[in-house]
Amino acid sequence: MDLNYGSEYEGFRKEVQKFCKKYSGVTITNKKGGALTSLNAVADSDKSNGQKVTRSEWQKILIKNGYFARSIPKEYGGFGGEIDIIKNRIIASEFASSKIPPPMGGQGIDMLVPTLLELGTQEQKEKYIKPTLHGEMIWCQGYSEPNAGSDLASLQTKGELIKGNWVINGQKIWTSTAQYSQMMFCLVRTEPDAPKHAGISYLLIPMDTPGIEIRPLVDMTLHAGFNEVFFTDVTIPETNIVGKRGEGWAVANATLGHERGSLTNPNATMSRLNLLIDRMKEETINGEKIIDNPAYRDRLIKLQGKVMAFQSNALRVLSAKLNKGQDVKMAGMIQKLVGTELRHELEGFGIDIMGELGTLYEDSPNIRDGGSWQFTYMYYLGLIIGGGTSQIQKNIISERGLGMPREPKTQQGA
Amino acid sequence: MYFGLSEDQIFFQDNVKKFLEDQAPLDSIKKITEGENLEVKKDLHQGLINLGINNILIPESNGGLGLDLLFATAVSQSLGEGVATLPFIGPYVMAPIVIKYGAGDDQREKLFNDMSQNLINFGVGFSEYFGSRDSSELSISDNKVSGRTLFVLDTDFASHVMLADKTGQIGVVSLDSNGIEIVDLTTVDKTRSYKEMRFKETTIEILEKTKSSTKAIEKALDAGRIINAADSLGASQAMINKAVEYSKERKQFNRVIGSFQAVKHMCAEMTAELEPCYSLVWHAAHSFDDSSEDSRLMSCLAKSHVAEVSKMVAKKATEVHGGMGFTDLLGLHFWFKRIGLNRHILGSPEIVREEAAKIQGL
Repeated sequence: MDLNYGSEYEGFRKEVQKFCKKYSGVTITNKKGGALTSLNAVADSDKSNGQKVTRSEWQKILIKNGYFARSIPKEYGGFGGEIDIIKNRIIASEFASSKIPPPMGGQGIDMLVPTLLELGTQEQKEKYIKPTLHGEMIWCQGYSEPNAGSDLASLQTKGELIKGNWVINGQKIWTSTAQYSQMMFCLVRTEPDAPKHAGISYLLIPMDTPGIEIRPLVDMTLHAGFNEVFFTDVTIPETNIVGKRGEGWAVANATLGHERGSLTNPNATMSRLNLLIDRMKEETINGEKIIDNPAYRDRLIKLQGKVMAFQSNALRVLSAKLNKGQDVKMAGMIQKLVGTELRHELEGFGIDIMGELGTLYEDSPNIRDGGSWQFTYMYYLGLIIGGGTSQIQKNIISERGLGMPREPKTQQGA
Repeated sequence: MYFGLSEDQIFFQDNVKKFLEDQAPLDSIKKITEGENLEVKKDLHQGLINLGINNILIPESNGGLGLDLLFATAVSQSLGEGVATLPFIGPYVMAPIVIKYGAGDDQREKLFNDMSQNLINFGVGFSEYFGSRDSSELSISDNKVSGRTLFVLDTDFASHVMLADKTGQIGVVSLDSNGIEIVDLTTVDKTRSYKEMRFKETTIEILEKTKSSTKAIEKALDAGRIINAADSLGASQAMINKAVEYSKERKQFNRVIGSFQAVKHMCAEMTAELEPCYSLVWHAAHSFDDSSEDSRLMSCLAKSHVAEVSKMVAKKATEVHGGMGFTDLLGLHFWFKRIGLNRHILGSPEIVREEAAKIQGL
């Protein structure tokens, strides 16, 4: 066991800390469109009077310093550095404990860019990656449909090749940030006669193409976090395909892991726990501090044990990435399930320690932390369901991890 | 950076595991818990001593292996996995740590030398320090001890016991001394034995440094809790393995029950909760070895968190086995009960969590 990253990395950490100090208090003026947009808005609610920058300006500052898009080649707008997991981790943890905006996330950056780097044509890489990294081209993901959720491969949105163009008809749902997006990467059934998984293609659709209609879908947090997107004879060039016809399922799966990994950040969970402890020291009931109440104290430490276990687990997963041949069994496979459930529980406890005050929302008087405990509590219920539900995660753990048998074929339907 | 057990640690752990698999099958364990097979028990103990488990934490200069707590943690997992009917936590973990931090220089050299040659073997009775129950009390003065203490650990092969009073002062008592009464406690977990001990003006040798400092007892307790958690970790893993294995064989409704999501999800839930426990327990052991600032906290969190997770695993894994899980025949209950005992030994979860809060100044 050796938890030191080495002196080279301590120097790097100091550099990052210096950067974080320099830009402490920076706020972003137009942050719409990144994933977790509303979450970031809440997190920034204790506004400082720092410098204001646009999303794109901030992205460029980060890239120039190597704190974002580190390993993406310069020719596509990245920093052009070596892949270095430890440096990425140091950046993430220093950013999480500083008052500066994190780099933009979102499906374009987390999912499309890695996909194009791996499977895109030279032209696609040149055209799409740079503006995406700069936050100038926002992407949404067109995967789920009303009748294709956990069983995604049964999707029915149709793409026909007519006179050198794809003509798309159908409907997508749960489309985050569609209303801010310039582009969609989309799974479409282009080979209706092929078996379920082999009939899908991965298409890139400009969102201003005629025939696209976006209807906001307000979620339980009362934010329009999602949309329904309708396609009526939407026509795009034949070349807007990643991979070959009918290979869309494999193209999408090449990067699905990126999404699952990005949903659960142990550093963020730990900083939330520390904030929760601060609140317990401040909040009172009948003049007694919550932290002095034995029932709440016990729940807090119970939660702390879980958070610590999750954080240690992330170190173990990291170790396996750095040390070839280290077998960490199912430590990676459980992260989405455990991370989202844990965060949901933590945020719910944040509500509980405030009791009635914990139910205040929106712009209510007496509200604490801008209502972020309620918001995040609900938001994480969304993440428990999205990106492969907890139940699907349990299927994956039991079938792929423990080698338990799949459901019999007869149960799978047509 | 490397997070996990080293190759040497895994090798040692596997050796202990294989030894128990070969030498202590369930039938043999059953007999031992029924009070038979005492010769077999002795042989098992000797076999583990031949592997070196008594010498893990003894310095090399005293004839020991000079290894660290993470090593002992790796071994403890195997002992829990194999429901070993043998002492470990008392004589081979807590005792050497007490000696390291609590003994005077002369005491230390003599005790370590004797321990490494297995000339002396300790049971450990520290309950008075972290949780006296049932009006028990030990009073130590003028090198004499009187009173009673409960749940003395690992006396099976003991020649001596280490005792602590409520102030954390620790002394050594030879079991040949006058004025000792030993009462068997019958717990649900018959894989290990627990004693009540009563003393009347019994001669005790106080370890020098424990007169003025609680460091020795705190360190021993921290280490003991981590080792205890590791034992439950191993026991829980064994239960999950058995549940998964059983679910792949047992058929109902013309299907193996492991193909039902209700069963699969129980197994996934157990795995998802237990997997991070490995990381937590190893991390805690590493913090202990590193003497890092948060090592006391990590130990409390490991002990209390694993207590909760292993309790859940014990229940669910039994349920996966259906009626068979409830029988004596299958013997699954040895693991269930061991986990149940571990939960309360060296501090029940609520007590340990309160300690964790205090350690953080909350």
